Amino acid sequence: MKVSYYPGCTLKTKAKNLEEAAVASMAALGVEFQELSRWNCCGAVHSLADDDLIHHVAPIRDLIRAMDQGSDKVVTLCSMCYNTLARSNLLMRNDEVKRKTINDFMTEETDYHGEVDVVHFLNFLRDMVGWDTLRSRIKVPLNGLKIASYYGCTLVRPKDVAIEPVGERIMNEFVEAIGAVPVDFAASTVCCGSYQVLAHPEAVADVIGRIIESASAAGAEALILSCPLCEYNLAKKQDELVRNGKIAGKLPVFYFTQLLAIALGLGPESYRLDLSDVSAIECLKARNFPVESAAATA
Amino acid sequence: MSAPARQVATGDRAILPEGAKTIPIYVMGKRYEVPETLTIMKAMEYAGFKFLRGAGCRGGVCGACPTVYRKEGDYKLYFGLACQTVVEPNMYLAQIPFYPANRAVFDIEKIEPVAESIHALYPELFRCVACNNCTKACPMHVEVLDYISAIKQGDIARAAKLSFDCIQCGMCASRCMGELPQYHIAQLVRRIYGKYIQPRAEHLEKRVAQIESGRYDKVLDDLQKMSHAELEKIYKEREREPDMAPLGTWMPKDTQYL
Repeated sequence: MKVSYYPGCTLKTKAKNLEEAAVASMAALGVEFQELSRWNCCGAVHSLADDDLIHHVAPIRDLIRAMDQGSDKVVTLCSMCYNTLARSNLLMRNDEVKRKTINDFMTEETDYHGEVDVVHFLNFLRDMVGWDTLRSRIKVPLNGLKIASYYGCTLVRPKDVAIEPVGERIMNEFVEAIGAVPVDFAASTVCCGSYQVLAHPEAVADVIGRIIESASAAGAEALILSCPLCEYNLAKKQDELVRNGKIAGKLPVFYFTQLLAIALGLGPESYRLDLSDVSAIECLKARNFPVESAAATA
Repeated sequence: MSAPARQVATGDRAILPEGAKTIPIYVMGKRYEVPETLTIMKAMEYAGFKFLRGAGCRGGVCGACPTVYRKEGDYKLYFGLACQTVVEPNMYLAQIPFYPANRAVFDIEKIEPVAESIHALYPELFRCVACNNCTKACPMHVEVLDYISAIKQGDIARAAKLSFDCIQCGMCASRCMGELPQYHIAQLVRRIYGKYIQPRAEHLEKRVAQIESGRYDKVLDDLQKMSHAELEKIYKEREREPDMAPLGTWMPKDTQYL
């Protein structure tokens, strides 16, 4: 199976571990992710306030690229790219006036009316691959590992683009499919603080501390997520939080795609634990899962 | 005795053919009648303008003569090189020989050849909203938005290749709502690509080494000692690769200097 795929800039620079793990896993499952031959920023660097139409131009241009190459569906990984693309897509489907304004502005492109479906990789796994198929392909089940699934904001808000209509089950279903144990925790959809980490690092440290402590208190041994910005706040800030006494101990953080690649029995060049905080590989080694750190290949 | 044909200087000494049709154009808002066959640059010179800046190679590569114009009854802006674009009736023209875009200072010997170096020198890259005005403004039809996207994605090689036809005219920057200096960023990218990423030509290094080892000293000395007649003779008798010979198919009979 071939599927159009939109990566996003961060996955090509700071979050190669999110992308490479997913692409390798899909190849192992017989799915070829075809990166759009032309794409630009998803538009996430700017607000998507209702009256701010110019900031919809970037995501819509990406969707036009997908349509122009004959795709009716584009899969994406990063929560922020997903949210931005999906919200602009919704606007183009539902708001006739704004759709005309944007199409009139982009006279050099094909007119767009929301022809392409924006699909998050978790939905793709559930609906196109299927949990049963995935389960049957697992070579290294992560037996007993207690995993908290962190959604943050952009996978579930606003509700019109949420990756599932009610509740937060899909990541738990993923966790079960790779043989691990899902752990529910109260802060799974609390915002990580996002870009506020630059302007208000103290406030963000407080909120991250509460998220980590909430997951740890619920018994989680690891936390999974799908957003490079959440990963930056939740994973790369933990040493500082321990020093400041905001959390009792570190909680290993993974992109869910990394655990997918590990469970499928792929090599270290796929799951790229060398790009994650050292607590991630230590957590798996301590439980005797066969993982290695890839020498940086970039 | 008939009246002498009307002679008009355009540029150096272009002659207006007898009966040539003239059309109106507007230069900085003022109307001029110019021969319809001229380029914008020659038409302006015909109209009496003298280029001190804003003209360079006159061959479509130096980027000194970008022109913004509009056509009557059309809201769109058009961009072209004055030395390459033929005038049309009722064109409204403005020359933009220079654009005040930000250009970062860097030391090519010390820069680390990674995307982050470019992002640090030009943080305004991330003000791009993908409006694509840059691409529409490019007189060379470079896919400017695509190379800016490639730089944000960290793909230096792709950005270098996509921006290869850039002539540094600055029209992209003139239309950018994010105030990016696209053409300066692309030049930095190509310099990094050329110095650190593009493979070196091994055959060139080999040949330079041969020259430095003195392999061609004697033949050059011999040439310098030859008379004019001898030189002319061997020049006329020289072996020459036929025009349009497919790559790698031709070899000279005399291979002693290869």
